[in-house]
Amino acid sequence: MLRLIFDFRNEFIVKHKSEVLTLVAEHLWLVGVSMALAIAIGVPLGIFLTRRPAWKGLVLGTNSLVQTIPALALFGLLLPLPWLGARADRLAIFALTLYALLPIIQNTYVGIIEVDPPVREAATAMGLTRRQLLWKVELPLASNVILAGIRVATVATVGLATIAAAIGAGGLGEFIFRGLAMVDNHVILAGAIPAAVMALSAYGLLSLLQRVVSPARR
Amino acid sequence: MARAPAMSDSPAIEFVRVQYRTSGNRVLLSDFNLAVRQGEVLMLLGPSGSGKTTSLKLINRLLIPSDGRISVDGRSLEEWDVIQLRRHIGYAIQEGGLFPHYTVQQNVALVPQLEKWPAEKIRGRVREVLTMVGLAPEEFSGRYPHQLSGGQRQRVGLARALAADPPILLMDEPFGALDPITRSELQKEFHELQQRLSKTVVFVTHDVSEALLLGTRIALMDAGSLRGVYAPREFLATNDPAARPYVDAFRAMQQVFQS
Repeated sequence: MLRLIFDFRNEFIVKHKSEVLTLVAEHLWLVGVSMALAIAIGVPLGIFLTRRPAWKGLVLGTNSLVQTIPALALFGLLLPLPWLGARADRLAIFALTLYALLPIIQNTYVGIIEVDPPVREAATAMGLTRRQLLWKVELPLASNVILAGIRVATVATVGLATIAAAIGAGGLGEFIFRGLAMVDNHVILAGAIPAAVMALSAYGLLSLLQRVVSPARR
Repeated sequence: MARAPAMSDSPAIEFVRVQYRTSGNRVLLSDFNLAVRQGEVLMLLGPSGSGKTTSLKLINRLLIPSDGRISVDGRSLEEWDVIQLRRHIGYAIQEGGLFPHYTVQQNVALVPQLEKWPAEKIRGRVREVLTMVGLAPEEFSGRYPHQLSGGQRQRVGLARALAADPPILLMDEPFGALDPITRSELQKEFHELQQRLSKTVVFVTHDVSEALLLGTRIALMDAGSLRGVYAPREFLATNDPAARPYVDAFRAMQQVFQS
C-alpha cells in the first residue's frame, strides 16, 4: 500500500495529468461554492440564534437530522426535484452546503454566547449599539471559534465532495468510482491523494488564518 | 473627606418610587427614592443582594424599572436616547471588563471613536486619561489586558470610563478584586482625582471604610430598600440597626490601629 502511494507519480497521475487537473478544478469549485454558501448562510443564522434562542432547538435539530442522512442517499433523494435535480453540480453544491452548515452555525452561536458577560455588559454600558457590539466585540472575540467551525466543515466537505461523482457532478470522486469499478488502486489513489492533499492544505491555511485573525490573547 | 462639591439645586440623578422585579417576579428593589446631587460621590453601601448593583444598572438602563421614575439631568430616562444616555455616563466595574482583543489604547479610545472625535484629539485624550490614572502612556498604550496586573487593569477601566469626559460615573465595586495595598492606593488616587474632576459619582461597595473614605454621602441599603442617606459623620452616629454591623466593624478596626 505504502509503495503504491509513493509510486503514484510514475503511474496514473502523470499520464493523465490534464484530466487530474480538470477534476481538481471541479472539486475545488464544488467545495468552494458550497463553503461560500454555507458561511454566508451559517454565520448570520448563528448570530440570529444568539438573539432569538427560542429558535435554537429547531434550527440545530433540523441540521443535526440532515447530518444523519448518508450522503449517497441524500444525493439520490434530491435527484428527482425539479430545479435542483436538473444539474448534477447544482444538486451536489446544495447537499454539500447542507452538510457544512451545522458546524458553522453551531460554532458561531457558541463563540458569541461564550463572550465573557462582564465584557458584553461593559460594551453595552459604554453605549455601543447592537450592531457595534456585534462587529467590534462579539464577532472578533468569537472569530477563533467560528473559524474552527469553518475549518472542520471545509475538511469534511472536501471528503464528502468525492461522493458527488456518483451523481455525475464531477470532481476527484470520478477517479475513485472509476478505480473501484476497474479494481485498480492506482486510479483510486489518483482521486484520493489529491483530495487528501486538498483537505490538509485547507486545514493548514485555515489554521494559519485563525492565528492571524485572533490577536494576542490568553 | 470634608469637601464642598459644586452643587446645583437640581439633582443629577433622581429615583422616584422605583421598583424592580425580575422576570420571575422577585422584588429586588422596592419603593426606592434617592436624589444624587451634582458633583457628589454617593456610596451605595450594603450586603450582597441588598439591591446596590440593581439600582446602579437602572441608571444607565442595563435594567428597566418595573415601576416608578428615574431621571438623569432632569430628564426622565424614557425621554433619553439610550445610546446617548450611556455615552453621557462612564461605567467602571470589577476587573475592569476590558475588551481582551483590544490594546489599552484601543480600549480607552473606543467611546471617543464612536463619538467621532478627530483622531488627533483622541490620541491626546488617551494620553491624558492614562496619565490621570497613573499609567505611563508610552509604556502601557500598546499592551493587551492580559499583560496587565489586576490593579493596572482597574486603572485602565477607570481611564476608559473617563475617556469621553462624561459628567456622571457609575462604579460597581471597582476596587473589589484587588489586594489591600493596591486597593488603598487606588482609593487614594481616585479620591484625589475626584477632587479635581468633580464628577457625579455613584459608587457601589460593601466595604465600610471605602464608603467613609470616598463618599460625600452614604446610602445604606438592605434587602432591596434604602435605609437612609447619611454624611460619613452621621453614618457613624446613626442608630439604624442595619448600620450597626458596619459601624461596629469600623470601630473595631480603628481600635486595632490605635492600640
